Amino acid sequence: MEIRLDNVIKTFDTFRAVHGVSLTVESGELIALLGPSGSGKTTILRMVAGLEYADGGHIYFGDQDATDIPVRDRGVGFVFQHYALFPHMTVAENIGFGMSVSKVKRSKAEIAARVNQLLKLVRLEGLGDRFPAQISGGQRQRVALARALSVDPKVLLLDEPFGALDANVRHDLRRWLREIHDELGITTIFVTHDQEEALDLADRVVILKDGKIVQQGTPQEVCRDPKNAFVLKFLGDANRLIGEVRDGQARVAGVAVAAADGVADGPAEIYARPRDLDWSAAGPGVSATVSRVLDRPGERRVIATASTGELLEFDVDPERDITAGDTGFVTLRRAKVFAI
Amino acid sequence: MRRNVLPGLHLSLGITLFYVGLIVVLPLAALVFKAASLGPAEYWSIVSSPRALASYKVTALSALVATLFNLVFGLALAWVLTRYRFPGRRIVDAMVDLPFALPTAVAGISLTALFSNNGWFGSVLSEAGLKVAYTPIGIMIAMCFTSLPFIVRTVQPVLEDLDPALEEAAQSLGGSDWTIFRKVILPLLTPALLAGLSLSFARSLGEFGAIIFIAGNQPMSTEITALLIFIRLEEYDYQAAAAIASVLLLTAFAMLAVTNWLQSRALRYTVKG
Repeated sequence: MEIRLDNVIKTFDTFRAVHGVSLTVESGELIALLGPSGSGKTTILRMVAGLEYADGGHIYFGDQDATDIPVRDRGVGFVFQHYALFPHMTVAENIGFGMSVSKVKRSKAEIAARVNQLLKLVRLEGLGDRFPAQISGGQRQRVALARALSVDPKVLLLDEPFGALDANVRHDLRRWLREIHDELGITTIFVTHDQEEALDLADRVVILKDGKIVQQGTPQEVCRDPKNAFVLKFLGDANRLIGEVRDGQARVAGVAVAAADGVADGPAEIYARPRDLDWSAAGPGVSATVSRVLDRPGERRVIATASTGELLEFDVDPERDITAGDTGFVTLRRAKVFAI
Repeated sequence: MRRNVLPGLHLSLGITLFYVGLIVVLPLAALVFKAASLGPAEYWSIVSSPRALASYKVTALSALVATLFNLVFGLALAWVLTRYRFPGRRIVDAMVDLPFALPTAVAGISLTALFSNNGWFGSVLSEAGLKVAYTPIGIMIAMCFTSLPFIVRTVQPVLEDLDPALEEAAQSLGGSDWTIFRKVILPLLTPALLAGLSLSFARSLGEFGAIIFIAGNQPMSTEITALLIFIRLEEYDYQAAAAIASVLLLTAFAMLAVTNWLQSRALRYTVKG
């Protein structure tokens, strides 16, 4: 089902959490709301669920205005960050809860059959009799997902679904959630502050800041063409240099970088990812002194101090022989330029 | 081996066991010993005398009614105190503890003054044909007063710790308010309610000061067991007093055992495995 937010506003006491957000989620799409804490991403998700009411604007489910429909009638599946499993019910009872309280009466056998089907979907066959306290965090989150799916929701909403899990478990669950989504084709919105998670999992990423959408697009679009410095920095490590734009060329310490169209002449910020910088003994480049080298499994991370005072971090191949105290030049392979 | 901040097992166990022995076990043992010095036939005739039986009945029945009333009212009070923010909330919260702080005899005298036929409440109620002072209803009210904090104070912390996401999850799954209360909130509160219930009931069984002023103390109708024990003591009939007290003691024990068992059943889900 298509979900459409039209100029949605939410204010808590005096704090405006969401400033007129408009967003369309296509039917069957998997979308990530990405932003730092306080960006309003969870509030937006909770308004779509009906757990919070919008102070202004409308939320449409398909053609229906769902803005004032209470959560219990809205037909959404919600997965909470800390699972919110009912501790006194077994895994099977948790999954069956939605069906047992539904207005649509189902027989015990029908519910049991559907619960088994869902247990199979989330690969927890045989754990139906356990209590939540008796299974691992990753298993709990899968139970929470099965429970959310049990009511055949029109849309699946996940609030930081993997936030409380170990890195390894997180990685597996991410891939597995994508598989389930592809299998069921249910419209899904999830909230995260982890850019890697959003880029790995989503068809489309919506980046939020201070209750407003800063940019939305496919992972490729937002990575390759960040609209502003905030998006660029939020998506990953970046080095910042101050330069000057003239005639479509940004100059920093004697090095020229092509600026995108529309960057006005004048002072500018130049951002480069650690992979976009390199080290050479001779110029042209920003002259710098290496202050530390960090060895990592796949590369060496060099931290160097530029003659202009900035700290630059970049990755070089593992074989490169660089030590602290070396002087030389940092070369720019690729960079993004934004006017200040 | 784990190093603890407080002194080791031997010392702390020694001190606590000695204390429990001195303050709790010794008096109870003396009570049992005294009661046991009676022959079985004599013991039975004392504890099953009509006057004693009538006192058990009025005591247990009043305690039961008072506890059930407090179960509902105490839960409601705990709910309001944890879920809502209103002016004067902290004052109400502090007032819950007053029955603990107030000498029970003072409570008894004030209740009697309020509920006697010319008191503020009593005059209105007696016009409506309801006599409270010097009847079992008076006993119940006194018991309600003294045992209210138990339910509120056992349920309150559990309610405060209840994750609001549980209710939201149940709502998103389509549960109505009543269903959520019955199937999610109440089961999670049950262990705390049982603990409060057993404390409240045990306290009501043994309550003395608050009741004797309002009860009228008519043998066979409004004489509570604790008073009957007191009367036997005043008659220097220590054995009979101990015998009747042992019945109260056994009842309280049985009550605690049953609620503990129910509690562990209700908490099965917390067992790791």
